[in-house]
Formats: sequence, structure tokens, C-alpha cells
Amino acid sequence: MAGHASGDLVLSGVSRVYDTFTAVDNIDLVIPQGSFFALLGPSGCGKTTTLRMVAGLEQPTAGTISIGDHDITATKPYQRNVNTVFQNYALFPHLDILDNVAFGLRQRGVKDWKPKAMEALELVELAHVAKKKPTQLSGGMQQRVALARAVVNRPDVLLLDEPLGALDLKLRRQMQIELKRIQQEVGLTFVHVTHDQEEAMTMADTIAVMNAGKLQQVGDPGTLYEKPESTFAANFLGQSNLLRATVKGVSAEIASLDVHGIPMTVPAASLPGGASELWLGIRPEKVRIISEGTEAAGLNTLRGEVTDVSFLGVATQYLIAMPWGRELTVVQQNDGMPRAALGSNVCLGWVPANSFVLDASQDADAGAQLVEDE
Amino acid sequence: MAWLRRNLVIIVGILVMIYILLPNLVVIIFSFNKPLGRYNYQWNEFSFDAWTNVCGVPGMCQSVGLSLQIGLIASLTAAVLGTMVAFALGRYRFRGRSGTNLLIFLPMATPEVVMGSSLLTLFIAMGIPTGRTTILIAHIMFCLSFVVVTVKARVASLDPRLEQAAADLYANEFQTFRKVTLPLVLPGIAAGTLLAFSLSFDDYIITNFNASPESVTFPMYVWGAAQRGTPVQINVIGTVMFLGALAVVVIGQVVSSRRNRKVA
Repeated sequence: MAGHASGDLVLSGVSRVYDTFTAVDNIDLVIPQGSFFALLGPSGCGKTTTLRMVAGLEQPTAGTISIGDHDITATKPYQRNVNTVFQNYALFPHLDILDNVAFGLRQRGVKDWKPKAMEALELVELAHVAKKKPTQLSGGMQQRVALARAVVNRPDVLLLDEPLGALDLKLRRQMQIELKRIQQEVGLTFVHVTHDQEEAMTMADTIAVMNAGKLQQVGDPGTLYEKPESTFAANFLGQSNLLRATVKGVSAEIASLDVHGIPMTVPAASLPGGASELWLGIRPEKVRIISEGTEAAGLNTLRGEVTDVSFLGVATQYLIAMPWGRELTVVQQNDGMPRAALGSNVCLGWVPANSFVLDASQDADAGAQLVEDE
Repeated sequence: MAWLRRNLVIIVGILVMIYILLPNLVVIIFSFNKPLGRYNYQWNEFSFDAWTNVCGVPGMCQSVGLSLQIGLIASLTAAVLGTMVAFALGRYRFRGRSGTNLLIFLPMATPEVVMGSSLLTLFIAMGIPTGRTTILIAHIMFCLSFVVVTVKARVASLDPRLEQAAADLYANEFQTFRKVTLPLVLPGIAAGTLLAFSLSFDDYIITNFNASPESVTFPMYVWGAAQRGTPVQINVIGTVMFLGALAVVVIGQVVSSRRNRKVA
């Protein structure tokens, strides 16, 4: 078998063009060995095509793919030390569970395939169904078999194509924890494709956000969430309030902004270079509803009318109409503080360092609609 | 009235079954007959004569042998060729694909008389003497259509991701075909081959056009015998064929129901 040189998975300048449609557009990506990496984006963004190119099931139109210093771009899928957990598992229906898991080992002529396959089944806690056929198992069990079938080969890179998409919410949560545990146990590089931002943030060390065939931003979940670099990332990962702002002045540490006539500040370091028209972004849970007269100095404040109150259990979500027409979403923990009433006028405030600023040339709703569609 | 309404479906079902199975029953019963004259149409007396002396009638067992031989060669050849055609049609987009689909369907839609006579014309024009070979060519031709249709349905229902998964798990193209594709398509190939065999064994019209006096198949023998008198042995062969087919169906049902029970 070729391609046994383990190392980082590197995609350089990779594109995939179908006739007139560019599915993947010049992607450069380094996925460190042993990391749990998520490719996140709406359906049709090119994430699955990228995955299939790494697996060898699809050929890039341009660019190279390598593992360590081994260029695998032109090799066949069966020559790559890369295994895939397919979206609908793709278990062989005519083979029993043990033979499914042992398929790759026997294909490579591994002598002690049986104990190794059983060990992999034990890892996913399914040793007791080794003699059953795939159709006799539930969706969640089939998913774990598919994982065992890939993990047992100890590939350089393990690819997961929306592996939890067909499971119900409760099972999905359970499997997320399970996948993370297995990844840490075996220490393989996992590349996980998903459209579910929560799933990506729960499991991955590093997330690459994709849209329309291009990489939007790569980073750890915390950075992506707190400091998105585009309106798409801001809206696709969680909710964001975006306010139109104009730069009024910049000092060493603080930039003063004008938001619909209201003065606000942000740390000067967070300004995107050169732009004077901005989107000032603030996550709903970072906004506080503050009582009259207790505004602390240095907070950015706004006033508005409560137009909607929805109780979410751990939190309450408010919609607050601004004087200029748009509504702000505010989420408050249900920590025993009194709730604001519908129709009342409230004062909102947040710490400037908790907000982020983006260049105003982008569409404020990019990525927002897509999340609701899924 | 209420009783009738409740049981109507069962009653009609039983009547239809009787309608279908009665001719077979008559064949079986008359295989134990000892007829008075040359024709086995009237019940005379019970006997095992025909069963103990199956090949006693001149030429009959040779004709059964020839029919079995032609049926086996034709159905197996059609199975191999038809499977390849089915994969080509089911998997690949190529120029002339819809035309090929139509041509494959044609032998099933053409009246046998037309096909038999035009094949004969072709063989005569090419100077090929009729006989076992021409019968085989004709049978393989019409068997092919039935194999292609059954296997193509199976190929269409095959998830292409299974083959991708095999390739992902280090199986090259040939290994993938042998270990994943073929086992999954095999039920379709088996069904198509059995169908082809029974069609070949049973064919009279096309065979009769393209046969010679030296190549008399079982259907031709029965037809010829009916002019001169029907030996009881024909019923014995008929009974054996019927029971054989029944056994295949019953075994198939038992195997699939056992598999389903395990799944449930």
C-alpha cells in the first residue's frame, strides 16, 4: 500500500470545476496530524466535494493534496491510507458486522484481522452484534459500525461525511461525545464535514467555515464565534446583531463610532484596516438589559421597546425594536433576575470588548437564511 | 350474506388457484394412467408403467436431453452476456444507449412467429444449416433480453456508495466487483437465468423454424407425438418438470423468509 507516510494533510490550491459550476474554488488548507478538524458550511458549499477529493473519489481540477511529504493527488482511493465514514454508512448488506469491519484489514492481508476487528467493535461497544447483518441494527448502531470499519485500519486521515445527519437529536448528542472520545483514544486525524455549527463547535479543535466553494475563515471554535471575520461567519455560527456604524475618530486604544446618531466605542485594535463604514456586531447573550440609572461608564448603551419575549428554559430571548426600525435579539440567562415585560422600554448595554466589527461592504444577512433552511 | 362478505376474497382466491393448478393436476394424475389406445385422454386404470419405464418411448428421452442441454447452454450464455449488457446500460451514459435499450426490448415484443421465420431466412441466406447450433443462437438471443431486464433492475437499485466504500477500504476495481457488486447483483442474475432456462426449455415456435430432423427438442417431440398418439411418459416428464419448478420456488421462499425472520 502506498501513502504510509503519516503527517499533516495539506491541500494547496485545490479546485473542482463541473462544466460551468465551480464547486471548490482554490482552497489552501493545512490539517495538523492528530487534530479533530471540521469543515463547516451550508449544503452546496463544496465541503463534501473537498472531502471526496481527499478520499480519492473525486479528482481535483487543479491543485495538490498531500499527507506528510507524500503527494496523493493522482492515487486511486484504494491506494490511499485514508478511510471514510459515509453519510448513510454504506455498510455492505451481504456481509455480517464482523466481516464489514474486517473488510479493510483482510483487503490489506492483515493476518490477525479477527482480534483487531473485534477490538474495534469493542471500541464502539458493539462486540455483541458481530454476527448480525447491518439491516438488523438501528441507525445509531450502524453509524458506530461504519466508524469501527474505518478506525480499525488506523488511517492517516479519517473522513466523516455528515456522519450524524440521519440520527435523531438525542442520539446525535450522544454520538458527538462518543466520536470525540474515540478520536482522543486512537489519536487519528479526523476531518468532519457538517452543516451543523453546534456539532462542529462541540467536537472540533479547528473549524474551517466554507461558503460557495471558498474558505471563509479557519480557526478554533472560540475565535470563530467571538471574532468572526465576515458577516457570513457571524451569522452562520450562532446569532449576531449587526448595527451600521461610521468611524468618528481613532485614538491609541479606542475607536469612537456613530451608530444611527448614538456614540459608541470599540477597541481600536479590532478595526478592519482602512474601512470607515462598518458593521458593529454583538452576540445576543453579550447584551444586558440594565435598570435605569445604573449604566456603568464605558458601556455601549441603546434604548428600545420590547416587542417579543420567548421563554427558552435556561434563557429568555427578547426582540427589542430600535428607534431606526430594526430589531435586536437579546438573550438573558434565567438566573432569577426579573424579566422585562412585553411593550416596556428598556435600556441595553454591553462591554465594548465583547463586540466585533466588520467591513460594511458585506451583506448583513449573509449566512443567516441558510441556517434556518437546514 | 355476512359470512360470504367476510370470506369472499378467500373463496375467489381458492377458485383462481384451482383454475391455475387444475391442468397441472390432470397431467400428474394421467401420468399414472394405463390408456387403452394410443391416446392418453381417458382414464382407464392406475399403473406405474410410465414411471418405471420413462425412456421406453423411442426418441423422447433424447429430446428431453437436447432440450436440457440447449436450455442450460442458452441460459448460462445469456446470463454472462446479459449481465454485462445490464451493467453497461445501468451504469454508463454512452451514445446509442437508448437505442440499445430499445433493441434489447425488441425480442420480447416481437411475435415469435415473426422472429422464428426471419431467423430462418437469415440462416438460409447465410448458408448456415439449421440444427442444434441455430436453435442455440436463436435461444440465446431471446433469453438475453430477459436476463438484461431482470439484472438491470437489480443494478439500478444498487447503491453506488457501496462500491465507493469498498474502494475506500483498499479494494481495487476487480476486487470490488467480486466482493461487493457481484454478490449483491447475484439474486437478479439467478432470477434472470432461471427465467431464461424455462423460456428456452419451453420454446416451440422459434425452435421449430430453426431445427432439423436431427435436432428434435422436447416441445417439438410432444407436438409431433400428439399427431400419432400421446405416450404416458410425456405426462411423467411434465410432472417431474412441474415438481422441479415447485421445489425451486419453495426453497427460494423458505430461504428468503428465514432471512427476513432473522432481520425482524
